[in-house]
Amino acid sequence: MSHPPSDFDIELRMLVEAVYLKYNYDFRDYTGASQKRRVLVAMREMECATVSELQSRVLHEPNGFAQLLQYLTIPVTEMFRDPDYFLAVREQVAPFLKTYPSLKIWVAGCSTGEEVYSLAILLKEEGLLERSIIYATDINPESLDAARRGVFPLDRMRLYTENYQKSGGKAAFSDYYTAAYGGALFERSLMENVTFADHSLSTDSVFSETHFVSCRNVLIYFNRRLQDRVLGLFHDSLCHRGFLGLGSKESIDFSSYAERFEPIAKRERVFRKVSP
Amino acid sequence: MSAVQTAQQQLRTALGSRRIEMVVIGGSAGGVDALVGLLPALPAGFAPAVTCILHVPPDRDSRLAELFATRTALPVREAQDKEPIQPGTVYFAGSGYHLSVEQDRSFSLSCEPPVQFARPAIDILMESAADVYGPALAGILLTGANFDGAEGMCRIRERGGLTIVQDPEEAQASAMPAEAIRRCAPHLVLPLPAIRSVLPLLETP
Repeated sequence: MSHPPSDFDIELRMLVEAVYLKYNYDFRDYTGASQKRRVLVAMREMECATVSELQSRVLHEPNGFAQLLQYLTIPVTEMFRDPDYFLAVREQVAPFLKTYPSLKIWVAGCSTGEEVYSLAILLKEEGLLERSIIYATDINPESLDAARRGVFPLDRMRLYTENYQKSGGKAAFSDYYTAAYGGALFERSLMENVTFADHSLSTDSVFSETHFVSCRNVLIYFNRRLQDRVLGLFHDSLCHRGFLGLGSKESIDFSSYAERFEPIAKRERVFRKVSP
Repeated sequence: MSAVQTAQQQLRTALGSRRIEMVVIGGSAGGVDALVGLLPALPAGFAPAVTCILHVPPDRDSRLAELFATRTALPVREAQDKEPIQPGTVYFAGSGYHLSVEQDRSFSLSCEPPVQFARPAIDILMESAADVYGPALAGILLTGANFDGAEGMCRIRERGGLTIVQDPEEAQASAMPAEAIRRCAPHLVLPLPAIRSVLPLLETP
């Protein structure tokens, strides 16, 4: 049986509650173990000896929460990450998307935008970008700013090029960026139909009907209750037989939506909404 | 008394009144071979859950669960995100993601940066499991060429769990077990055959 909570765990719950009450950012249903580690990193970087001290800074210092938020969210991403996923989207989703005269696509938890640019490139090559509206949402304003800038480190381009090629890319990857601002600046035209927006999967609701939702490596940070809420949002947002893409180790098997989506590329984690 | 009997006696003493519900086994270089020596020793009906974590290349799908399914009397599978932990089941950490244990005794995955260059990191799994299981956790650290696992073994000890480290003299790679011994003074330091012989005893009658 579980042990009584440690002082740290008690303080952690109070911190998360305080953040919710004051800033309306809801981390209460994030998974405990990784949240705990991230708060420990925040304490170290922000030089706080206890969680209570961190809480005090978050409540009373003007910049405290903005700082903490950078540690609570995990901007680990890359372009065409898991190339097999993008290959499956290209080969098994795009043909269906081509049958619609206009498309709405939601990249939920887009972080610093690498996957948004990847999808835009894929859609362009499939002749779909011009008829698409892409909503790219995240809770972290700094990440969204970085995504809007579209400048990524040059030293990552080698890996991204490799990923792009493995994902079935049809052009030369370097056609999509120029070296500028000390990084790789991606072609602005890719973002013409992209709307970056602040949206919380824990507290906000559905804002549009969509044909395809890509939400990768976000659900793993949520407990089952929040996973169910979010899968519910996606289910409501998706059109009849719409598509859902998840991270390469994410699973809906343990959620109450397991029967509401059917895998069309099981290994690559691409699903399709089951008609009711 | 034979070496095996001595080891078993030491284990009973170290175990004391603990009732083990989870065994975490970590390893790196040489770890697959070591597990080939260990896991077949788990008897059918063994009650605790067993979670194995080896450092595997991040971009390759780990086939470890498949590999061991035919060599083990217990069901073997890769641990899935949010999967409730079942007793008597052997789980493997998949590649590319950290694996943690949550308070409700389920697994969770995460993409935080590598720890000691490793993802999955043994430290992360052991620390989170120690927080949940306390004295009901046994940690076994095997061969490896880096320092992952030492921190995790320390946490297991702190929370009252049982700690066993492979004898570095006999391990294929000694750095990992040696670091854990230096830092956490484990309950038992044993060569692989002795660990194999005490494994079934972790289930208290």
